[in-house]
Amino acid sequence: MDAPFPLLSNSISSGTAVGKSRAEGQTGSGLDTKSMPLRMKVSQLNFYYGKVRALHDVSLDVATNRVTALIGPSGCGKSTLLRTLNRMHETIRHTRMEGEITLDGVNILTLDVTKLRRMVGMVFQKPNPFPKSVYDNVAYGLRINGYSGRLDDAVEKSLRRAALWDEVKDQLRKSAYALSGGQQQRLCIARALAVDPEVLLLDEPCSALDPVNTAKIEELLFELKPTCTLVIVTHNMQQAARVSDSTAFILNGELIETSPTGMMFTTPSDPRTEAYITGRFG
Amino acid sequence: MKGFRLIWRKSVNMVMLTLTGVAAFAVVSVLFLILGYLVYYGGRSLNWNFFTQLPKPVGETGGGMANAIVGSAKLLFLAAVIGLPIGLLGGVYLAEFGGKTFGFVVRYTTDLLNGVPSIIMGIFAYSLVVVPMRHFSTLAGGVALGIMTIPISLRSTEEFLRAVPVSLREGAMALGSNRWKTIATVVLPAARGGIITGMLLALARVAGETAPLLFTAFGNQFWSPGWNQPISSLPVVIYTYAISPYDDWHRQAWAAGLVLLGLVFVTNIVVRTFLMRGTSYERS
Amino acid sequence: MAKRAPSSWSVRAYLRRLATGDVVAHMVTLIFAASIVLIATLLVFQLWNNSAASRQQFGWGFWTTQTWDPVFEHFGALPFIYGTLVTSVLALIIAVPLGLAAAIFLAELSPRVISDKVAFLIDLLAAVPSVIYGLLGIFVVVPLMRTTIGPALKDAFGFLPLFSGPNYGVGFLTAGIILSIMVVPFIISVSREILLTVPREQREAALALGATRWESTWKVVIPWARTGITGSIFLALARALGETMAVTMVIGNDPKIRDSLFAPGYTIAAVIANEFTEATGKLYLSALIELGLVLFLLTFILNGMARLLILATETDRGRAS
Repeated sequence: MDAPFPLLSNSISSGTAVGKSRAEGQTGSGLDTKSMPLRMKVSQLNFYYGKVRALHDVSLDVATNRVTALIGPSGCGKSTLLRTLNRMHETIRHTRMEGEITLDGVNILTLDVTKLRRMVGMVFQKPNPFPKSVYDNVAYGLRINGYSGRLDDAVEKSLRRAALWDEVKDQLRKSAYALSGGQQQRLCIARALAVDPEVLLLDEPCSALDPVNTAKIEELLFELKPTCTLVIVTHNMQQAARVSDSTAFILNGELIETSPTGMMFTTPSDPRTEAYITGRFG
Repeated sequence: MKGFRLIWRKSVNMVMLTLTGVAAFAVVSVLFLILGYLVYYGGRSLNWNFFTQLPKPVGETGGGMANAIVGSAKLLFLAAVIGLPIGLLGGVYLAEFGGKTFGFVVRYTTDLLNGVPSIIMGIFAYSLVVVPMRHFSTLAGGVALGIMTIPISLRSTEEFLRAVPVSLREGAMALGSNRWKTIATVVLPAARGGIITGMLLALARVAGETAPLLFTAFGNQFWSPGWNQPISSLPVVIYTYAISPYDDWHRQAWAAGLVLLGLVFVTNIVVRTFLMRGTSYERS
Repeated sequence: MAKRAPSSWSVRAYLRRLATGDVVAHMVTLIFAASIVLIATLLVFQLWNNSAASRQQFGWGFWTTQTWDPVFEHFGALPFIYGTLVTSVLALIIAVPLGLAAAIFLAELSPRVISDKVAFLIDLLAAVPSVIYGLLGIFVVVPLMRTTIGPALKDAFGFLPLFSGPNYGVGFLTAGIILSIMVVPFIISVSREILLTVPREQREAALALGATRWESTWKVVIPWARTGITGSIFLALARALGETMAVTMVIGNDPKIRDSLFAPGYTIAAVIANEFTEATGKLYLSALIELGLVLFLLTFILNGMARLLILATETDRGRAS
């Protein structure tokens, strides 16, 4: 499952082509993902903030074109785990990571970090659009990474994928801050999608939103699945149950259990999982 | 007895309330007094000649301050070119890259420079530029004023860069941007208003400075082409004319004072009202 | 399976980071920041160096000699130190009560909307250039002193040596008054900000005990903000010491120590401004620069103390007052 794919490794290190249309089950480089069940794999991950160990020997499989949910009480380390997947932890000082994380079999530490972050995108808890126009927000990632195609088309495509195009197509030049909270979050999703990531990480994307917008975004995740691999952190268990294919439960920096979502919520194997799910704590 | 004590305390309260209000009123009225005098005495002498003519020889009436106005503009331009980049990039360093000890050293020295009396800056620019060149020059004046703009522009740059939320930076980096690109394309534009505010306020501050120019730019009755010659400037002319014995020069000093104060005030008001709330860091 | 992550500090990783431009950006901004330190060091160095001739000639006696004689090249700093201190202290005597009172009014007693607008006006007052104060000093304050204020003071207090002697309008008192107006805005804005940071609970505790507004301000809020307010006074003093143009224009330019406030005097900044370009001879110039060094040291120490005090208010929140 984690055997190296020479063709794929090549394309990763030279950068997958951005903006090419993608059929279901295909990566940007055109390889068939049906033969690659695992997009990312975390093995024996230990993570330190200074001297404090925040993650203990975590191992996680991220299945291709599936939604993997990370659940657990506040402060359990799920966001920390998420942020290691695109090496965002490196923006904070005094953090250390031990263990291996691979993307399509390649250790992410050997990849150029800016290229990695283009392939593994992230959407944050609070919408954080740039103080620019809607258009420039979506185009930002493309411009930064030297996109050579037609920007207008790529921007429209991303906004459509994020189910935002119809609402903003006449307001592309307006400031992103003129949008509502839910729209801003979808804008951030569009912005992340613009660079055509293989994997999209979402850190509690709906926690700042009302139920209507939450529903919109959850529907969006369904539509993205065929062309994208998603990892979502959520403190809302119902959301995890609705949206994800497999769920991992994290407690105090340890991965307690991971199973297909249906099984996790009906027959959890670990008593601690059951306690959390039934609301005895957290 | 208890009743009396209470009445006493209440009257003290009233008196103090009034006194402090009077104090505040008095200070504010000084502002309007200054404006009033300048408008009254200076307004009368403002005419087309004032803005377009060179000074006439001593004793002759008429003449204007065209060279002083242009001189101030040249000096400000030089000060901006010399000082603002240092303030901007130094501020970027402190906000984005700064190490703990070196950052502290830089901040401390900046505060130190801010507290140096302006005449000492004049001495500094004198020994740095005038002495090697062996004559007064626009360049020397520009250096003196330029150094004085550094603390204000640096502090406001740093302050407004730090105010940009981490979430914006993270958003950019998660898209594959590296540090300097993030700073250049997201953080700096986000802080743009405050940074420009600081720069304009710094320039407005040095535009009125006289002491550092007394023995750097020195003064000039005529036009000063290039950057190597002594040059006239509004504040120095105001000073020279005010202490002179000639009534005509006194009138012109008032007019120049009105022009100078007008420029300084308009800049301050426009910048503070429109370009984000102004920085509270003043040259002390 | 690798146990340890590949080191991000290897040479290859460094070269890769270099290529991204991050290191270059760091270096460039660092150089600009370092240039500030360089400038400051150079400043002190130049002051020290260029005053060498005078320092060697006069030694510590420079601080205590009263004569200032360019002809015979006898230079002493005492009259200027005296003048600087007298005018500055005078300025503070007027400005501190006035400024504090105004700051109290703005921070404690007036509605926030008025307070903000007035604070804006005070900021404008702080932006008025020194030479404009001097202009008004010469043409407005000096005549006023000569015709109105001076005689009034003489009538009331003429028996004191402080108010003895002829009154020409220029002198220590006039300079002190103008300095006080220049310094008041700083006292007001810094004190106001400090007063505004006093926690609301302190005031409310006093008021809940039946104190009047004034009593709560004077007995509770001010003591709490005491350190910071002292810092603002030091800042104001530092500014007054270095003030050049307005003082030069009204002080009378006489390097003598006199006990009357009506007498003309001289300050360090004023003598430098007036005589620097006329200074003939290396020793003369060097003496002037040594005066500059003295002024620099004075303001440096005061500013340093002021910042320490203001820093102390910001960090020291939970102390019992």
